[in-house]
Amino acid sequence: MMKNFYSVTLDPEKCKGCINCMKHCPTEAIRVRGGKAQILYDRCIGCGECIRACSHHAKKVNYDPFSIIDGYEYKIALPPPSLYGQFQNLTNINYVLQGLLDLGFDDVFEVSCGAELASQVTRMYIDHAHNLPVISSACPAVVELILMRFHNLKDHLLPILAPVEIAAKLAREAAVKKTGLAPEKIGIFFISPCPAKIFTLKTGLGSTSSKVDGVLAQSDVYFRLVEKMNAIKTEPDERMTSGLLGVGWASSGGEAAGVLKEKYLAADGIENCISVLEALENNTLTDVDFVELNACPGGCVGGVLNVENPFIARAKIKKLRKYMPVTRSRIEDFGRDLSYFAWEKDPETMPVFRLDADFGKALMKMQQVEDIYAQLPKLDCGLCGAPSCRSFAEDVVSGRLPEGAVCPRLKEE
Amino acid sequence: MSGIKLSYRVDGDNFSSAGEASEQVKMRLKQLGVDSSIIRRVAIAMYEAEINMVIHAKGGMAYVEVEPDRIVLSLQDEGPGIADIELAMKEGYSTAPDTIRALGFGAGMGLPNMKKYTDEMKITSEVGKGTTVDMIIYLSAK
Ligand SMILES: Nc1ncnc2c1ncn2[C@@H]1O[C@H](COP(=O)(O)OP(=O)(O)OP(=O)(O)O)[C@@H](O)[C@H]1O
Ligand code: SF4
Ligand SMILES: [Mg+2]
Repeated sequence: MMKNFYSVTLDPEKCKGCINCMKHCPTEAIRVRGGKAQILYDRCIGCGECIRACSHHAKKVNYDPFSIIDGYEYKIALPPPSLYGQFQNLTNINYVLQGLLDLGFDDVFEVSCGAELASQVTRMYIDHAHNLPVISSACPAVVELILMRFHNLKDHLLPILAPVEIAAKLAREAAVKKTGLAPEKIGIFFISPCPAKIFTLKTGLGSTSSKVDGVLAQSDVYFRLVEKMNAIKTEPDERMTSGLLGVGWASSGGEAAGVLKEKYLAADGIENCISVLEALENNTLTDVDFVELNACPGGCVGGVLNVENPFIARAKIKKLRKYMPVTRSRIEDFGRDLSYFAWEKDPETMPVFRLDADFGKALMKMQQVEDIYAQLPKLDCGLCGAPSCRSFAEDVVSGRLPEGAVCPRLKEE
Repeated sequence: MSGIKLSYRVDGDNFSSAGEASEQVKMRLKQLGVDSSIIRRVAIAMYEAEINMVIHAKGGMAYVEVEPDRIVLSLQDEGPGIADIELAMKEGYSTAPDTIRALGFGAGMGLPNMKKYTDEMKITSEVGKGTTVDMIIYLSAK
C-alpha cells in the first residue's frame, strides 16, 4: 500500500492563486500561499470539490496512465455502474463491456456485481446490527470525513468492503483459476469516477492490501472506449452479471434501495452529507435503519471524473435498468461466507482538527485562537490565504503561519 | 491551567439557523480533542436546549465554558418562562404548537434528554421573565 499517495494535486503553472478552491473545501484543507493553492493533505477527503470549483483546471486527479495495463499478462477491467450513464443512445450495457474487451482487456468484472453482493451482505448485517442506523461506507470521501470529524459515528459505518474491492477480489481469484497464471501476473484495473476512490484503493480504508493494480479515470478511458464501441458491428454477447439493483448504485439512493428496508435516508452532495452527520451526532435523526451518503451531487454519477452531467447520466441509467432482472449475482453463486466481504481492518479515526494532543495545551491554544480572532475583521475574505478569519487565527496558533502574521486587511488600515 | 469561555447569540426569529451554536461548539470540542463520547453528550444536550430557546423563548444566549475537568453549559433566555418545571421535565410533556410539531419537534423529550445526557442540570425560570438552563458534563479520565 502506498502511504503518502495524493489523489488530488495542483498544477502550479495553471494556478492563478484565486481563492475559489479554498472557499469550497469542506474540510478547510486548502490555503493559498505565495500566490498558489496548497493542499493540507492530512485533511483532504478526495471529494473533488476543489476540482469542481477551479475554472483554471489547475487541480488534477492523480490517476494511472492507460498504458499501465500493458505491464500485465492478463488484464481485467472493473467498470463502475456510473460509467454506463456516460454514453449517447446506449441501449445495451453489453456494448460497454464488449468495448472494454476490444480496448485490450482480457476480461471484465462489473463493479455492480460486487454491489449486488454488498447489498445482500448489508441486508444480513443490518438485521443483527446493534448500532442503528448503519451508515454506508461505499463513498470513501464520506468515510474519510467521518474518520476526521465525526469520530462518534465511526461505529455506525457498515464494516464491509466496497463493491469495487469485492469485485477485484473475486475477479483475481477467478482469473487465477481460469488462466493458471500467478496472481501477480493478473492486472486488475478500476475505472474510477472520482479521486476519493483512487485514494482508498491505493491506501486502503477497511482493506489491508490494495486489491487493484491500477486505477484509471473514467474521463481518460471514455474516448478510447467510445471509439471501440462505435466500431462494434454485431450485437455483443451477454456478459452482464448484475441486474437493476447493482446498476442502481450509480446514483444516490441506489445503495439504500438495495437494502430493501423502508426506513432509510439517502443524501448526496458533501454539504448535505455533513448536515446529516451533524444530525446523527445530535441524536435528532431517529427511526432510520440505513443512511446512504454520497459526497457527489447525484451520487457517483456526479464524481468529477465523469464526462456526462450527473442528472442526465442518472436518467440514462434509469432507462437502461428498465428491462433488467432485479439481480444477477448472489453470494451463494460464489460459495463465500460473510467473512469474505468484511472489512479486513478497522480504519482509525484521525484527529486532524485537534489543536494539540495535550488537552491543557489545546485549551491554551484555543484561547489564543479566540484572542486573535477577536481582533480580525470577520470578513472571511480569503485575502490572507486562509478560508476564514477563524482558520487564519488557527493557522497562526498551529504554526502553519509564522508567529506574528498579520491580517492583510488590518495592515491596510 | 485555565479554561476557555465561549458565547453564542441564538436567534429566535430565524428557525433555519437553529442548531448553529451547538454545531460551533461541537467543532471547538473536536479541536480540543475532547473524547468523542463526551462530545456526543454535549452535542445532544446543547442542541436540545438551543432548539428550546428558539421554539419556546424567541432566542437567547448560550454560554459554554470548557474547564480542565468539566464542560459547563448555560442557556439563558428572556422568554415566557416555565410555570411548572417539574411538569415540563416529564417525558412527553410539550406545549409546542402544531406548526412546530409538523417539523418533527414537540415530542416533549428535549428536557428529559438534557437531563439524561448531562451529569448535572438545573432549570431556573420565572414566568414572564425568562429561563436559564445550566448543565455540567464532567470530563472523566482527562
Ligand atoms: N426555554 C424555554 N422557555 C419556555 N418554555 C420552555 C423552555 N424550554 C422548555 N419549555 C417548556 O417545556 C416543555 C418541554 O420541553 P421539552 O424540550 O422537553 O419538549 P419540547 O421542546 O416541547 O419537545 P421536543 O424537545 O421533544 O421537541 C416545552 O414544551 C415548553 O412548554
Ligand atoms: S459519491 Fe461516489 S464519485 Fe463521489 S466521491 Fe463518493 S465515491 Fe466518489
Ligand atoms: Mg425541546
